[in-house]
Amino acid sequence: MSANAKRAAWEEPPTVAGQAAKGASIVVIALLILFPLYTIALTSLSSSETVHRVGGLVVWPGDGITFEAYEQMFRNPVVLRSLVVSLGVTAVGTAVSVVVSVLGAYSLSRPGSLGHKTVLFSVLLMFVVFPGLIPVYLWVSAIGLRDNYLAIILPMAVSAFNVVVLRAFFMSLPQELFDSARIDGAGEFRVLWRIVVPLSKAVIAVVTLFYAVAYWNNWFNAFLYLDDTSKWPLALVLRTYVVESAPLPQAAGLTEAPPTLAVKMAIVMIAIVPALIIYPFVQKHFKKGVIIGAVKG
Amino acid sequence: MSVPTIESPVPVTGGPPKRKPKAHWRTRLVRDWPLLLMAAPMMLLVWGFWWIPALGNVIAFQDYKPYTGGIFGSRVVGFTHFQLLFADPDFTRALLNTLAITAFQVVFYFPVPIALALLMHSLVSERLRSMLQSVVYLPYFFSWVLVIAIFQQMLGGAGLLSQTLRGAGFEGVDWMTNPDTFILLVTSQAVWKEAGFGAIIFLAALAAIDPNLYEAAAVDGAGRWRRLWHITLPGIRPVIVLLLILRLGDALNVGFEQFFLQRSAVGSQASEVFDTFVYYSGIRTGDFDYGAAAGLFKGVVGLVLILAANKAAHLLGEKGVYAKS
Repeated sequence: MSANAKRAAWEEPPTVAGQAAKGASIVVIALLILFPLYTIALTSLSSSETVHRVGGLVVWPGDGITFEAYEQMFRNPVVLRSLVVSLGVTAVGTAVSVVVSVLGAYSLSRPGSLGHKTVLFSVLLMFVVFPGLIPVYLWVSAIGLRDNYLAIILPMAVSAFNVVVLRAFFMSLPQELFDSARIDGAGEFRVLWRIVVPLSKAVIAVVTLFYAVAYWNNWFNAFLYLDDTSKWPLALVLRTYVVESAPLPQAAGLTEAPPTLAVKMAIVMIAIVPALIIYPFVQKHFKKGVIIGAVKG
Repeated sequence: MSVPTIESPVPVTGGPPKRKPKAHWRTRLVRDWPLLLMAAPMMLLVWGFWWIPALGNVIAFQDYKPYTGGIFGSRVVGFTHFQLLFADPDFTRALLNTLAITAFQVVFYFPVPIALALLMHSLVSERLRSMLQSVVYLPYFFSWVLVIAIFQQMLGGAGLLSQTLRGAGFEGVDWMTNPDTFILLVTSQAVWKEAGFGAIIFLAALAAIDPNLYEAAAVDGAGRWRRLWHITLPGIRPVIVLLLILRLGDALNVGFEQFFLQRSAVGSQASEVFDTFVYYSGIRTGDFDYGAAAGLFKGVVGLVLILAANKAAHLLGEKGVYAKS
C-alpha cells in the first residue's frame, strides 16, 4: 500500500486475495459511475460524422475533439434561454433560501424565547405532515403565481431539513461566546453576523450547495406552473429533448429541428457541469459531522 | 409517543425538570423581538406554502367545483371519494406497486450503502478512500432527469449496450421500456444515484467505534472476520435498525419524479405508484377532489406508519429520529 498507510501493529498483514478483491470492487464501482459520464462527454465532443459512423455513443477517443455540438446547442435559442432562466432562478432562489434559513435557524437556536415552540413545531412538523400535491397546486394557481418565476422558487424556498441542520450546528457552538457578546451590548443581529456566521461557514456552504442543487435540478414546479415554454428552465428542456425525445410544446413560433445525439449529450453535460464545478469545494465538509450530527438529532 | 422534538438532552437530577417561571410575555417581547423578526420570513414561507395549502385538503370531502363553487361554495360529500378510491382498480394497483417496490428495495437497495461504507472504511490509504468517496457521492447531486437520461443512453433501445450487442451480431435489448424488469431498473437507478451518499451515515457510525475494542479482540486472537462480526456490525447495528425502521415507516414513499419520468416509456401497469396516481387522477384529469382524497389517504397512512416506526425504534431500545432525549 501507499506510504501514508497507517496499519495498526496488531493488525494482520493483508492477504493477496483480499487486496485483489478490494481493488477489483473499487475499480468496478468507479467505472460504473464514471464510464457513462465519460462516454457522454466524449460523444458531446465528437463530430456528427463520428457519431453517425459509430451509430450511437462514442466510446473510443481518437476521432478528434470538436465543439461543434456545443456551438449548435448555443445557437438553439430554446436551450440558451433555458440556461439563463436556470442560472437566474438558481442564483435568486439560493440567495433567498440561505438568508431566510440562516435567520430562521438562528432564531430557533434560542429555546425559551417568545414564540419559540410555535416556530419550532411549524418547521419540525414539515418532516411528517405534507400538504399534498393537489392542494399546493390549487393554492399556487389561486394566488396568481401561474407563469410567474416565483412559483418555482417560493414553494421550495424553505427546506425543513436544511433549517434543522443549521440550527443543530448553531446550538453546538459554545454559548459563552454569545453571552459575552451580549454583555458587551451586541444585539441579536450583530451576534449572528459577527460571531455565528463566521464560525459556521462550513455548514452554510453545505446548505447552500443543497439549496442550489435543488433549484438547479427542479423541473416539476416549472412543469406544473409555467405554461409559457419560453420561461422553462434547463432541467425541463432536458427532460423534453433528451428523456422524451420530443420537441417543445407550442415552442413560441420557433422552428426547431430535433437535436442530434451529440447535441443532446451536450445538453446533458451542461446540466451536469455546475454540480461538477461546485462539488469539490463543498465535498470536504461532508466528511465529518456537519450533516450527520444533525441527521441524528 | 408525544410530539416529536429534536431538543438536546437536559441533565436531570432527581425528579422531572423544574420549569423556570416565565417572565411576562411583554417583557419577553421587548427582549426577543429581534428573534421574532428573524423567524418572520421563514414563517411566512412555511405557512404560505405548506400549512395554509394543507388546509385545502378539505376538498377531499367535497364535490369540488374549481370555477363555480370553490373551496367555500362546494357541496360536502363526506367520504364518497374514499369509497370510490378503494373500489378503483387503478388505485389498488398503485398501492400494490408502491409496496412491491419498497419491499424490493429494502432487500436489494438497503444493504448496498452498508457494504459500500464497510469497503471504504477498510481502505487504509486516506487518499484512495477520499477519491472513492468523491466518486460515489457525485451522482447524488444529479437530478432524476439526468440519471434517467444517462440510463437511457446506456441501457435503452438505442443505448450503448444495444449498440454493442448489435455490433457483435446479437439482438439489441431495451430495458428502459420493459415493464417486466422495471422494478429492477428503478432499483439500479436508485443504487447508482443514492447508495454512495447513503453510505455517509454508516461511515460516521463506523468511525465512532472505539478502536481499542478491535485491538483487544485482536490480542485475544480474533481474526479480521471475527472482528467484523463481533465488533464492527454490532457497532453500527443501532444505525442499521433505525434506518431500516424508518424506511419501513416511509413505505408509501418511493419518490415521484423517477416514476413520473418513466411512466410513458414502460406504461402505467408497472410504473404507477401512489404519487403518480395522485397526479394523474387529480391534476391531469381535473378531478381535484378525487386526487386530493388519494393524496390525503397517503398522507394519513404515511403519518401513522412513521409514528409507529418511531415507536418501534424506541421499543427496540434504539433512539428514534424524533427522540425526546
